[in-house]
Amino acid sequence: MDYNFHWRPVFRSLPDLLNAGLVTLEVATLSMVFGVIIGIVFAIIRLNMRGPIRWFVISWIELARNTPALFQLFFFGFGLGAFGIHLTPFWIVLAGLTFNNAGYLAENFRGGFLAIPDTQMRAARSLGMNASQAYVRVIIPQVLRTVYHPMTNQMVWAVLMSSLGMLVGFRELSGETQFLASKTFRIFEYFAVAAVIYYVIVKIIIGSSRLLSFRLFRY
Amino acid sequence: MESTSIFFTSFKTTDLWFLAEAAYRTLLISGISISLGTALGLIFGWLLHEGRLISTFILSPFLDIFRSVPLIIQLVLAYNFAPIIGLNIDPFGSGAIVLTIYTTALVANVVRGGIDAVGIPMRRAARSLGMTYWQDMIYVVSPIGIRAVFPAWVGVALGVMKDSALVSVLGYVELLRASQILITRTQEPFLILALAGAFYFALSFPIARFSERLEKRWSQ
Amino acid sequence: MIEIRALHKYFDDVHVLRGIDLDVNKGEVLSIIGASGSGKSTLLYCINALEGIDEGRITVDGVEVHAKSTDINKLRQKLGMVFQQWNSFPHLTALENVALSPRIVRKMSRSDARELAARRLEHIGLGDKLNSYPNALSGGQQQRLAIARALAMEPSYMLFDETTSALDPELVGEVLDAMRLLAEEGMTMICVTHEMGFARDVSDRVAYIHDGTIEEIGTPEQIFGNPESERTSRFLANVR
Repeated sequence: MDYNFHWRPVFRSLPDLLNAGLVTLEVATLSMVFGVIIGIVFAIIRLNMRGPIRWFVISWIELARNTPALFQLFFFGFGLGAFGIHLTPFWIVLAGLTFNNAGYLAENFRGGFLAIPDTQMRAARSLGMNASQAYVRVIIPQVLRTVYHPMTNQMVWAVLMSSLGMLVGFRELSGETQFLASKTFRIFEYFAVAAVIYYVIVKIIIGSSRLLSFRLFRY
Repeated sequence: MESTSIFFTSFKTTDLWFLAEAAYRTLLISGISISLGTALGLIFGWLLHEGRLISTFILSPFLDIFRSVPLIIQLVLAYNFAPIIGLNIDPFGSGAIVLTIYTTALVANVVRGGIDAVGIPMRRAARSLGMTYWQDMIYVVSPIGIRAVFPAWVGVALGVMKDSALVSVLGYVELLRASQILITRTQEPFLILALAGAFYFALSFPIARFSERLEKRWSQ
Repeated sequence: MIEIRALHKYFDDVHVLRGIDLDVNKGEVLSIIGASGSGKSTLLYCINALEGIDEGRITVDGVEVHAKSTDINKLRQKLGMVFQQWNSFPHLTALENVALSPRIVRKMSRSDARELAARRLEHIGLGDKLNSYPNALSGGQQQRLAIARALAMEPSYMLFDETTSALDPELVGEVLDAMRLLAEEGMTMICVTHEMGFARDVSDRVAYIHDGTIEEIGTPEQIFGNPESERTSRFLANVR
């Protein structure tokens, strides 16, 4: 083995990498926020509605779950170009991740809604709440608890998936790593440090999710 | 990119062959990784379940790394690490190795869950009937455990099949990479992406549905 | 006053309610007895429109329950309901369970709602459980919590759907006591029940429902002491 590792340039650009790590966290978090909102709405539609809107929702969910995330990103990247829509790299990644998250989360939420007995809805309605009050105050808080663990997993997935940004020119952690690595040809060193940063980010997410669950679910 | 100077030509029937070949390569690399990864995952999952110190302090954290670092980073690292230790591995080789390890890490967890799903009372009952450890494993634990986690395993396998698209970063021309090449030449992104998407979907959707139905039937 | 006229209700092909006529006066306690599957719980659900109806009509204080123009959420505030499965909201404390709908439906301030809820819970003997989550309460306590929760809407009528049949025997008493207390305070109550003792001692009238129709209705003395219908006496002989 006559390869000499050069870590110094990597450590010198550590601030850049950490900043890019924040970009990763940011785009993953945003995609989760949108994904959760769309996922809840989709689950409710899939459970309660008929007709074309339901079919649109089911197609979205099944496409998100049965095609590669990279394919979904490419679709938002250059597939939309066929319709003259050109998104910036940030929006490609955000749209792709949101599309994917929403599909998986919708199914998690559907399971969550099915796990809440109908009688909870009846009890809420019997107290004079309208349907949306009952959903927001009674049903969804309970659903959030049952899907809390899958949601944490999905957040981890979102962070990992955001690394695909590298392939559509987005400078999140992987994209930034590739950019810096290609300037110095220290590819292995740069990506090794990026791997460590990803690992730490994932552990922080899992740890804080666990802490948060103690505060949120006292029952 | 190497394709900047190529002038655009429209989509031809030979391009369909090009895509089909690429689809075959997707199947090939995922098939190999899923089979090898599952075999290794069975062994590691059993080790995880047996829960000796080594597995809790070394094996488990080690496997955890592959689930906490993006696959694309793992691929780049492996591809660039090989020459460092004097190996010369082509994209297919590095891709298959990484995907196999990745599958192993995921399957090991599933297998551990499957063995754990068979309750201790059930296993005591088996042992009290005079079964040996391995008889208990083969006749009691495997049938029950497989039912419990088969859908999760299908999920892992389909996930690996979809994730194999990432091997394209190493230059391995699987389906998605092939469509990218065609898109740059033909400038027909929608048609070609739709074809590639349809292939993945046609493979994944029926299997996912089948496993869902199986899960429902087994849970009754 | 609740008026029910020529009420019919189907579940798909099953004719559950076959022409119910019934008046419930203010201040009255009416017990509804009958075998399971006779339609008595369905009748209760129809009164506050948790179930739709197919024929006939129900009016509460002159307002037609199932008319399209009726604001059902407003009407339901008049009709407190307690279920067989107590249905406490598991993610909220006892106090929050009771305070929730006064706050969001009656638009009370947060502090007023909490104060009202605390009063209601103390009234029903749960003053020391204000900050407990339902999973820390016994079935009987959860059922009393459900009563307090319904009362916090200050309803004019209370509907009880087999409130004690899911409880362990030793917990039935405390719930029946709470219902008795309510009856003494003059609440108008419709109780679907299997507790014949309660029906006899507390009700002003008892209705026996058989196969989706009211077989017999009258004072407890008449129903339990001297039933006119052959079916009524057979049913009573079986449950006692």
